[in-house]
Amino acid sequence: MPVTFLILTVLTVAGATAAMTLHRLVHCVLALAICFVGLAGLYLYLGAQFAGLVQMLVYVGAVVILIVFAILLTRSHEAPPQKKWTWLAGVCVSAAVFAVLAWAVMAGGAIEGTAVGQPQATMLQIGSALMGRFVLPLEVVGLLLTAALIGAVVIAMEEKQSAR
Amino acid sequence: MNPLAGCLLVSALLFSIGLGGALTRRSAILALIGIELMLNAANLNFIAFWRYGPYPEAMTGILFVIFSIAIAAAEAAVGLALILAVYRHFKTTDLSRLDSMKG
Repeated sequence: MPVTFLILTVLTVAGATAAMTLHRLVHCVLALAICFVGLAGLYLYLGAQFAGLVQMLVYVGAVVILIVFAILLTRSHEAPPQKKWTWLAGVCVSAAVFAVLAWAVMAGGAIEGTAVGQPQATMLQIGSALMGRFVLPLEVVGLLLTAALIGAVVIAMEEKQSAR
Repeated sequence: MNPLAGCLLVSALLFSIGLGGALTRRSAILALIGIELMLNAANLNFIAFWRYGPYPEAMTGILFVIFSIAIAAAEAAVGLALILAVYRHFKTTDLSRLDSMKG
């Protein structure tokens, strides 16, 4: 197991844990940004340059800033305190899920890592695949993003009746 | 432990952390962050299977991740807009106090 992978893993998992346990919301979002940077590093480590760059641009650049804006607009700088038994139950459930997933990964003999050298995924290949075989999903995603843009604006818009 | 199993274990850990956060935190924004973490765990699985799988030249893993990131961005935008609308109505984002469906 290479050192790079271990460092990126520690960064990602520590960021995710901090994002889910810290008390102040802005600290949570900064920890989430660290987690996303670690994930982008993992993508780059696995050889998926384009996915890593997209992760960096979309998640660290857009989603985290969007969450910061939501925190500012809802004036909720501190998370409400958790009930103790809720916390305990949630931790038990997630630990059970992790145990099942880890058992499945470890017991699954079918997944032999057939690493046949570094696979290539250049921007040229991805672009021609997006314009060729995957052109229909690309168009659907464009439609979905437009609908989400309009829907988000409509939902978040001030209602005129309640203002009067 | 082969590298694929390492990636899958990291992804499972990330998913469990996101699930625990989404289940336990009472702030709506933090629940959304937990859901984002779970989506990212799935993306890491796709990349790992693309890297160590038998047919990497088809690039389905990477393209699935790209589409998934686009959909997650749309989901985050709409989810945060919903949180804003709920905040404007109830004056709180505490999920345990949003207990009425009447407008």
